[in-house]
Amino acid sequence: MDGAEVTVSILDTVAGVLLVVGALLTLAAAIGLWRLPDPISRLHAATKPQILGLILVVIAIAISARSASVLLLLIPVVVFQLLTAPISAHMVGRAGYRNGDIDPAWLEVDELAADVDAAPSGELPGGTWSDEAGS
Amino acid sequence: MTLPELLWAVAGAIAVVAVLLILARLIAGPTLIDRLIASDVMLTTLILVVGAEMVVSGHTRTIPLMVVLAATAILGSVAVARFVTRAGDGSTTAGEGDDGRR
Repeated sequence: MDGAEVTVSILDTVAGVLLVVGALLTLAAAIGLWRLPDPISRLHAATKPQILGLILVVIAIAISARSASVLLLLIPVVVFQLLTAPISAHMVGRAGYRNGDIDPAWLEVDELAADVDAAPSGELPGGTWSDEAGS
Repeated sequence: MTLPELLWAVAGAIAVVAVLLILARLIAGPTLIDRLIASDVMLTTLILVVGAEMVVSGHTRTIPLMVVLAATAILGSVAVARFVTRAGDGSTTAGEGDDGRR
């Protein structure tokens, strides 16, 4: 092999390694969904491939395409995930807390409880949804 | 089989195992929140697999698909999280949660 072929082979190998690591992160999230005991812990496991796994795969695509413009096209993907993943995780955790799927006994520190107690009480643990309109 | 091809095969096999585990959690639940998290991870895995397919096949045609999936991934979980409510028997179902109010 001459120099150019070796370079091509190395770049493809690097891209392949990045894909494998990204897949391992997904597997870690999948195993975490089974190994971790409660929904909040599973929420933690779920975020591993969302950011780091995505970044690794995006870099692998750019290396595979040998193109900086492809990397530029893929930056919005990472930015959208960075912006939306915390929001959806927050919404899911909050919904779980407020509808009783999350047992406060699982929590070491329950900072939401003080706010919920301060809000007008409702029938549900943590009040009803409409109670927070005035708070 | 060259080394990159071997790595692609390994990554694909790992992804298949991961998707099966996520699907099992999606089916098993037990709570709606668990299913919501599992479907979120499933969608993330879909984005990663679409990206990996571009590397394997050596094209960049599905980048717009990745962008759209990443931008709209939030909608499903937020929509369900907004309208989760508690049924009379204490179990959780999706329903009319909050009359559209915040």
